Amino acid sequence: MRASPRRLLGLMRKEFLQIRRDPSALAIAFVLPALLLLVFGYGVSLDARHVPIALVVPSPDAFTTSFTGQLYGSPYFEPRSFRSIQRAERALAARQVQGVVWLQSDFTRRAESVGDAPIGVFVDGVDANTARIIEGYLRQVWANWLASLARSRGQPPTLVLAEQPRMRFNAEVSSHDYLVPGLIAVIMTLTGALLTALVIAREWERGTMEALMVTPVRVTEILLAKLAPYFALGMGGMLVSVGLAVFLFGVPLHGSFLVLTGCSALFMLAALGMGLLISSAAHTQFAAGQIAIVTTFLPAFILSGFVFDIHSMPLAIRLITHLIAARYFVTLLQSQFLAGDIRSVIVPNAAALALMAVVFLALARARARKRLD
Amino acid sequence: MSDRTADAAIVLEDVRRSFRTGRRSVEALAGVSARAARAQITGLVGPDGAGKTTLMRLIAGLLRPDAGRIEVLGLDVARNPLGVQSRLGYMPQRFGLYEDLTVRENLELYADLQGLSPGGRAARYAELMRMTGLEPFLSRRAGRLSGGMKQKLGLACTLVNPPQLLLLDEPTVGVDPVSRRELWQIIEHLVRDARATVLFSTAYLDEAERCDQVLLIHEGRLLGSGPPEHFTAAMKGRSFIATAPIGRRALQERLARTPGVLDTVIQGGRVRVVTTGDSPGRQGIAAAVPDLTLTPIAPRFEDGFVARLRARGPDGSAALAAPASSGSAPTGEPAEASAGREAIIRVSEVTRRFGEFTAVDQVSFEVQRGEVFGLLGANGAGKSTTFRMLCGLLPPTEGELRVAGFDLRTAAAVARRRIGYMAQRFSLYGDLTVSQNLRFFSSVYGLSGPQQRRRIEWAGGEFSLGALAEAKAGELPLGFKQRLALACALMHEPEILFLDEPTSGVDPLARREFWRRINALAGQGVTVLVTTHFMEEAEYCDRLLIMAQGRVLTEGTPDAIKAAARGPERPDPTLEDAFIAAIGAAGAPEAA
Amino acid sequence: MWRRVLALLVKELLAVLADPHGRWLLIGPPLIQLVVFGYAASFDLNHVPIAIYNQDRSQPSRSLVARFAGSPTFTVEALLSSGRRVNELIDSRRVEAVVVIDRRFTRDLYRHVPAPVQVIVDGRNSNTGLLIEGYAGAILTDFSLAWSRAHGGARPPAVLDARALYNQTLDSHWFIIPGIIALLTQVETLLVVGLTVARERELGTFDQLLVTPLRPLDILLGKGLPGLLVGLTEASVIIAATVLWFHVPLRGSLAALYLGLLLFVLAVTGIGLAISALSATQQQALLGAFLFLVPSIILSGFATPIANMPRWVQELTLVNPMRYVLVIVRSVFLRGSGVAALLSQLWPMALIGLATLTAAGWLFRKRVT
Repeated sequence: MRASPRRLLGLMRKEFLQIRRDPSALAIAFVLPALLLLVFGYGVSLDARHVPIALVVPSPDAFTTSFTGQLYGSPYFEPRSFRSIQRAERALAARQVQGVVWLQSDFTRRAESVGDAPIGVFVDGVDANTARIIEGYLRQVWANWLASLARSRGQPPTLVLAEQPRMRFNAEVSSHDYLVPGLIAVIMTLTGALLTALVIAREWERGTMEALMVTPVRVTEILLAKLAPYFALGMGGMLVSVGLAVFLFGVPLHGSFLVLTGCSALFMLAALGMGLLISSAAHTQFAAGQIAIVTTFLPAFILSGFVFDIHSMPLAIRLITHLIAARYFVTLLQSQFLAGDIRSVIVPNAAALALMAVVFLALARARARKRLD
Repeated sequence: MSDRTADAAIVLEDVRRSFRTGRRSVEALAGVSARAARAQITGLVGPDGAGKTTLMRLIAGLLRPDAGRIEVLGLDVARNPLGVQSRLGYMPQRFGLYEDLTVRENLELYADLQGLSPGGRAARYAELMRMTGLEPFLSRRAGRLSGGMKQKLGLACTLVNPPQLLLLDEPTVGVDPVSRRELWQIIEHLVRDARATVLFSTAYLDEAERCDQVLLIHEGRLLGSGPPEHFTAAMKGRSFIATAPIGRRALQERLARTPGVLDTVIQGGRVRVVTTGDSPGRQGIAAAVPDLTLTPIAPRFEDGFVARLRARGPDGSAALAAPASSGSAPTGEPAEASAGREAIIRVSEVTRRFGEFTAVDQVSFEVQRGEVFGLLGANGAGKSTTFRMLCGLLPPTEGELRVAGFDLRTAAAVARRRIGYMAQRFSLYGDLTVSQNLRFFSSVYGLSGPQQRRRIEWAGGEFSLGALAEAKAGELPLGFKQRLALACALMHEPEILFLDEPTSGVDPLARREFWRRINALAGQGVTVLVTTHFMEEAEYCDRLLIMAQGRVLTEGTPDAIKAAARGPERPDPTLEDAFIAAIGAAGAPEAA
Repeated sequence: MWRRVLALLVKELLAVLADPHGRWLLIGPPLIQLVVFGYAASFDLNHVPIAIYNQDRSQPSRSLVARFAGSPTFTVEALLSSGRRVNELIDSRRVEAVVVIDRRFTRDLYRHVPAPVQVIVDGRNSNTGLLIEGYAGAILTDFSLAWSRAHGGARPPAVLDARALYNQTLDSHWFIIPGIIALLTQVETLLVVGLTVARERELGTFDQLLVTPLRPLDILLGKGLPGLLVGLTEASVIIAATVLWFHVPLRGSLAALYLGLLLFVLAVTGIGLAISALSATQQQALLGAFLFLVPSIILSGFATPIANMPRWVQELTLVNPMRYVLVIVRSVFLRGSGVAALLSQLWPMALIGLATLTAAGWLFRKRVT
């Protein structure tokens, strides 16, 4: 029995017809990605702006105003004046403000005499990330204030180091610009692994797989016929996502589209390999869905570096992330969008994706047998 | 190989196969040796769970045997599964039609897979469509076809490239008698004209008689093989039709307890009797019942099967667990034998539409208290819809349904307290144990305290479920599942019992046991409503209603319906003949 | 009626626990998610690889390098001797930041001219980038103040005296892990309740149930209560793990916590029952649950603050019950809040629960019977 192009084409035509007519496949392939993109694009942002803070200055004068003026001028803060520290603390407890800045009544006197007058800062530590960012912003405000104070008085600078921060690639510091590209990896995981695993499980449940198996069709043909249409579907999803990212959310695409497409294709193959592998183990949609979500979707979200920094994870989990295709793809995506074609990023990550694609597809082929036992 | 195997399409040598489910290992096939001849129809006959599907899959190379050898068309299946698969056509039990694809697209797919050259396709499709009568539906989605049409399409897909060997796994399950007959005609035509070899598995014993050869399997073992006559030969002169002026149920009860009687089955108003071989014979039986008339008739395949099962003795077989003595009354209240003249179910001018489609059209009928009433019809005739409306699962669009005196529109929950329901498919909670199922169903019917305990004990004793109380319901043998389902439906001592094809696929002894219970219940005044495709079940009914295209076609006793179909070419029609004649007279049922 | 509902409730629980899939659903995914989220999902920075290009190479600059090397936040991967590789190291993502100490560093320090120190950060993950800037800035400031003090420089007129309340060390696990209580409670409740009718429909047992005298309300209760029990049990287990395993302090009142969770589970149960009533197959139910879960989690403030969202999205989150329960859980754990302080979060959830349960009841009456 040799491979026959007619059988393969027949199977592929069937897959396309089914996708076209099955509302749930279309939902997973197009509605879910669009929903994810919109929800993420609009809902997810780590950029703190206009943070409400309480300002307690019991005895304001020109000196304290030179400091608080900096706060009012900062785009990061929205200071609200409170008359006593107790009221400010109550507002903090009631989540009306996220931080308190307190200049005690002897602030000016101490600053002008001995120096080191404390600027009391309390931040709401519940959301630690935002708290850290607020602290960072406050420190900048303070440093700027010190510098301008020294300048206006003609004194040497109090801070002997001039910090010159420079953000490479994402000068606007917009978290959208890295979250939206990373999301493409999650979306392609959905079509590649989840949808493929579900579709094959459905063939088992409905008995169509058994009917296929007794025809002269070869296992490789069945697998190829599944790969091709869902590859196309996944790449279609990728194009839609890239389009939305660039045109709706205004994420810059610095790298070449060609490289992006090539890397996406490699990732898609790896995801499809995962999907096929899952379906060889799970013959019900319920089980396939569960396994696909836990082994592909969740890791693509949490362990890929898409939101959470991989370097900061415990060693054991850091090692696990190396087994997750989305990790390499997220790295590639963020770089391709925000930085451009960087060989030293593309080559190792694309190689890792290619390797994973080959391994998963080979495993899927080895596990697929034309038997029911 | 000897020349004996040369003319055999399939050779099985001591084939064994077991499966693990959880911690248990179940032996599906316990050493089967058999052969199937070329250019013949070999019937693989046995009740559900006998191992038919496992055997089919082994022959198709989808499973590997634990031990033994399988040779198909001269090829060793284990060594060359692809070679075998390119020569055979296999139609699994639930044939894998792609429901999103049209009839034509399904055919195209299988033509591609079977490597049919594009040149010959048009002619082949035309032939298949003519054969199956699916021509008008070429562009309809497979999911929208009726059950019978799906099976015919499945067969057509399997036959796209004429195979040398055709494996059909229970193609007639869930198919109405009309479509069943059409399927058989296609298959017989195939063997006669195309000299194909067919292996046909079925749980319907009457189909065995249409096969050239029969392999009878039961619980993973071959119980016998040979032409169907071989099974009936030993039964010659032992089958009779009995009539007596005491009512058919009483007659059956009486005869069943008479020594020398092997088997009794109700057939319309009469009772079919089979005697044991060494019995005192006809005279001895005649003495048991006054005014008994015994008319000898030809034995049938089922008689041979029952004889073999009974010969194996009462041990080991679940089917042979003692049937309940008719004395232990499932209902507490004493029944009035004469309570026949009170309509307990009244259906007046009921119509049910689904969008544009009218499934049930102006149907009216009545069922009397204590009656066993059968609802028959082709696939898509509206009988399931009617049945679901009667159970209160579906509201009617127009008309009135009164069950036990309650209007189902306004007092469905009250009416439902009076009814028991047993679905066609096993539909209890498979993950729960037997006793958990009994407790649950008795509780939702409002039983509690000592009354509930008493009924659970009753169910354990009456249905021999006591020892299995802690077994998971889903892991019970089929016969026990069915008993449990009936027990659950009877926990609250309902006045009306709804049965949906209750004994499809069970072995003949379990079916007899089941119907003896039903008869006993009817004797105590319980009304029983049955819907079925299975003519043997229909024979047990007091009255039948045949539906077609949403309307009532005919109504009457089984004997009256048979009598209506009597004609010069059919002097003694079976119920199936009568059914097909009635449907035929009303026009092709599936053209709708 | 209550006896029937109780029977249904017992049956549901037995069925969920006896079915291997059901058991796995209750134990497997929550455990995996707890571990993954608990350990991996954190915004804190540790061992961030950086490189330092020290053009100055004098004693003061080396002591600045030592400050970076000694920080637990950073791991100095490379000390560069030329500027050629600065960009390349960042571009290839080998390091996330490079600190460039200018050639004039020591000279400027002694001349009381601000000595330039460049911190070049990879902005491809701007949140991490921003945090790195913050950490690096703090090190530079400390160095400045220490230097001035040691070399008789002017004292700054004022210094920041920053303290974080409720979470002194700003450990973001304390933020994420209590959030998981709400997250997993929602996921599990929705899956148990949302799939239950579809599963019975597929097994064929639903008809069997409908022909019994159970009324739609009985079925609604019998199907909803197990979700409530499962949800609260699941929540209790995760609360225990949060306190005993992850050592997040539980400072407030358990009563407030459970009142919040109860209202939350009620609201989610209503949504689950509605999904259940609408879907014919488990696949549809799963898809429906997924379509609800994803936006509801993203738009809840679980990982990213609601305050950062556009105005109209913030208003959209007002109907999301998870938004409120997250505040309750985190407030009880970290702020030590009681019922009184959380009333503003409790009543919207009660309202949402009332709405979803009413809708579910209506759908059940319409679609299920």
